[in-house]
Amino acid sequence: MDGLDDIVEEFLVESHENLDQLDSDLVALEQDPNSRERLSSIFRTIHTIKGTSGFLAFNRLEEVTHVGENMLSRLRDGELALNPTRTSVLLQMVDTVRALLTSIEASGGEGPVDVSGVVAAISAAMEDHPATPPTDAAPPAAAAIPSPRAATAKKATAQSATAKAAPAKAAPAKAAPAKAATRRGTATKAAPAKPAAAKRTTARKAAAPAATVAAPTPVAADGAADLESAAPVAVVAASETTHALPTTHSEGANAVMPQRTAGQPAVPTAPALPMAAEAAEHETESAQADGPARRAVADSTIRVDVDLLDELMLLVGELVLTRNQIVQNVARQTDTDLIRASQRLNLIASELQEGVMKTRMQPIDHIWSKLPRVVRDLGLQLKKSIRLEMEGRETELDKTLLEAVKDPLTHLVRNSVDHGIEAPEKRKAAGKPVEGVLTLRARHESGQVVVEVADDGAGIDPAALGAKALERGLLTADALHRMSPADILQLIFMPGFSTAAAVTNVSGRGVGMDVVKTNIEAIGGTIEVESVPGEGTVCRLRIPLTLAIVPALTVECAGDRYAIPQISLQELVSLDAEKAANAVEEVGGAPVYRLRGELLPLVRLTDVLGLASERHDGHVVIAVLRSEGRRFGLVVDRVINTEEIVVKAVGGQLKAIGLYSGATVLGDGTVALILDVQALARRALRTETTERQQSREATSSAAQAETERQRMLLAAIGGGRRVAIPLDTVTRLEQVRTDAVEKVGNREVVQYRGAILPIVRLDRHLGAYGETDREVLEVIVYADHGRSVAIVVEEILDIVDGEAAVRSDIDDLGLLGSAVLGEKVTELLDVRAAILAADPAFYTSPALAPESATTSLLEV
Amino acid sequence: MSAATDTEAAKAMASSGQLATFRLDGDLYGVEVEHVQEVLRSQGLTRVPLAPTAVAGLINLRGQVVTAIELRERLGRPPRPEGTDAVVIVVRLHGEAVSLLVDSIADVVDVDAADFEAPPDTLEGQARELIRGAYKLDGKLLLALDVHKAVSA
Repeated sequence: MDGLDDIVEEFLVESHENLDQLDSDLVALEQDPNSRERLSSIFRTIHTIKGTSGFLAFNRLEEVTHVGENMLSRLRDGELALNPTRTSVLLQMVDTVRALLTSIEASGGEGPVDVSGVVAAISAAMEDHPATPPTDAAPPAAAAIPSPRAATAKKATAQSATAKAAPAKAAPAKAAPAKAATRRGTATKAAPAKPAAAKRTTARKAAAPAATVAAPTPVAADGAADLESAAPVAVVAASETTHALPTTHSEGANAVMPQRTAGQPAVPTAPALPMAAEAAEHETESAQADGPARRAVADSTIRVDVDLLDELMLLVGELVLTRNQIVQNVARQTDTDLIRASQRLNLIASELQEGVMKTRMQPIDHIWSKLPRVVRDLGLQLKKSIRLEMEGRETELDKTLLEAVKDPLTHLVRNSVDHGIEAPEKRKAAGKPVEGVLTLRARHESGQVVVEVADDGAGIDPAALGAKALERGLLTADALHRMSPADILQLIFMPGFSTAAAVTNVSGRGVGMDVVKTNIEAIGGTIEVESVPGEGTVCRLRIPLTLAIVPALTVECAGDRYAIPQISLQELVSLDAEKAANAVEEVGGAPVYRLRGELLPLVRLTDVLGLASERHDGHVVIAVLRSEGRRFGLVVDRVINTEEIVVKAVGGQLKAIGLYSGATVLGDGTVALILDVQALARRALRTETTERQQSREATSSAAQAETERQRMLLAAIGGGRRVAIPLDTVTRLEQVRTDAVEKVGNREVVQYRGAILPIVRLDRHLGAYGETDREVLEVIVYADHGRSVAIVVEEILDIVDGEAAVRSDIDDLGLLGSAVLGEKVTELLDVRAAILAADPAFYTSPALAPESATTSLLEV
Repeated sequence: MSAATDTEAAKAMASSGQLATFRLDGDLYGVEVEHVQEVLRSQGLTRVPLAPTAVAGLINLRGQVVTAIELRERLGRPPRPEGTDAVVIVVRLHGEAVSLLVDSIADVVDVDAADFEAPPDTLEGQARELIRGAYKLDGKLLLALDVHKAVSA
């Protein structure tokens, strides 16, 4: 008994997988109806299920797959063209098969699932619009039309056959040849003997499940069509069984005869033959070009219990630790053989660890492959035209997580189709393409998998949403008033919003969103929504990679090591004590660092964690991180290493701290916490800076096509005047102590990196009058061809994009004009003139001194 | 933990069974032996900044990261004296491993429901929440720890 159960179980697992593939194949096929390869793949899938179900005596399953297979074989052979109706019935067949499988899984039997409907539907669809019939069969088809009596008789018989067909299951292999024989008999004899033919048909039907195929066809002409399309298959079968060729061929011509007189006998035989044909055909098929590829895949994979993999994973972890101990001990030995062996062990253990970890990863496509079907069905149902696009389907995540996000993701997709994307008329009215686009995106980001469901629909109006929330008493007007539009959008995740009517009226979103949120949070993920009214909505899931391997930077802070996912890391900056003293400045109490002229807010990890740094030598190590579009520098004590780490979930208490995305075991066996860069940024950075940076980023990306010249450094020169200097002429920003300024003749110079740097004070140059008694001068260094000048300004303000600026021609000495930058009138510096004021020979004489000027300030 | 499961658990507690016992600040405590996965000597701990005080840190249990709860802190006892190492009891609850730091491990004791009594009234504060009751053994009291509550720091 156990043995049989195993077989059934394997059959179920395999079939379920195949069905998922089938769903997406069928939808894809609709886009590309001529793909023989896809058709063959679908055909084989159904054929396999049919074969196994016959073997396991799941009769109804066999019956459904059999008709489906019939249609598919004709589609594949080009006798039928694929149209939406046919796709729909095929999908319906897939559903029925799935229902049967579910029933088998639950009860061990086929249960009460009714298959006659779908069998009838498929048969009908097969006959609806016959593809161009073979020429020799065409005339009889026409002849068959004026015989309404035969049609009625046929219908009655066919229906009675449906009832009988299910219990009467003969082995298909046996039934087919038998039928072929009978059929030949009919073909020769049937013409004069109408009642006899009818009787024989009934008898035959009892033996052939395929008889049900004909059930709903109302007109004899359809029967004829059916026969025609079947006939070539019979020929194929014959040619493959070689000896039968002449007989079958003549039969193809004769077969129309009984049909003309009485539709019944011909109909049931039609599907019976291909069945025999398929067996032979399938063999030849798999030997064809696309056959081996598929078989190779099937042969090269095996199914493994996930628990077993978990166990392996733990064992490998243990092995790695033991390995580490051995390697450490061996390092103290002198035996070269032992050392070599331990090195090999080292390598192998690492590779083994990696290999085992990869076994649990699956591409997200595994769950996405179901979605085209969902979108298609729902789209048809709602009469919306929707295109589904997928980006990053190869993004891998842990299998258990994959399972956990399947339902929430499906829900989000349904939501987008249902409520997000507008009806075609509405889209047209809004000036959008009639076809809505639903985009699924997946990518790894900061040790998480980010999955986005984006639509180009109507979007959500925060005002309306807020009003609804007020009405439902979910929050007070005061609280609403204080919320930003982005925060208001997140209200859709509140449980009170989950009633369909409430939200559909507002914006059409949020049905069951609280459930989605709960599910995502249950696996340690987050969900957020962004929307631009009129343009669309994006739902973003962030899912942790509990078991995923992430490249990370390990850093030390207050004696402990922490891992920072490398995806957030942009660069590392190391400043020695001397430089750090100058380079790290305070802006309103917050430390910043000028990274190539841009202000980089600094966050000290020790401050965030409430620890005291163990580094007292004044060195500053900055990890430049990017999170959700903002950039900041994390000050750590020391950078240790980069390594691939395995993310382990941490317990609930630690998750609640909201700073750690997990923990990992480092190479030497110590546990290190993984910093959640997003959370860190949220905690440490003020929103105001964020928004400014984001808007700056938005403009800069928009202007990317423009030249770099558009980026301007804004500086105050005293007297309330602001000057913009094209950024590409700026080499560095520096600070120079006033008392370091020396005089050479009537020019001011400063010693800088072993060279003499001529100085131009912009305030004097441009006739403004700034404070003169400052201790430290803000200097913009401009270098070209090995020569440098220092341009002194009062204060560096910002870096802006000059693109949107309004320019005017009002100019003055030393200026190119003026523009509105950052909502203020700003003068555009004539850099050349300013430089010449400092060093008249700058553009004419070749380099003399400052060699070091071009080397980077940063030790990266 | 709801009141219903409390009483249920207390009943289970009151019934006879085996307790793995350990010492903490001079007292004898016990946890149901079926929860105990293993006992380890002192392990390297990775501290977790900003975590609740009772979280002593994280330990590496053969590649698995396990949270360690300092039972002294949890029970409102003074910190372990300098120079003495804690013993780690790994318990498995709902399939998840958590570890408890205690002073030293003692025997596995068979207890009899008849010896069970509710926590003494003098027991106060945090500790009272975490102690199910006491088994009166020969010459000493065995305090039954509510391990579920103890780990939900």
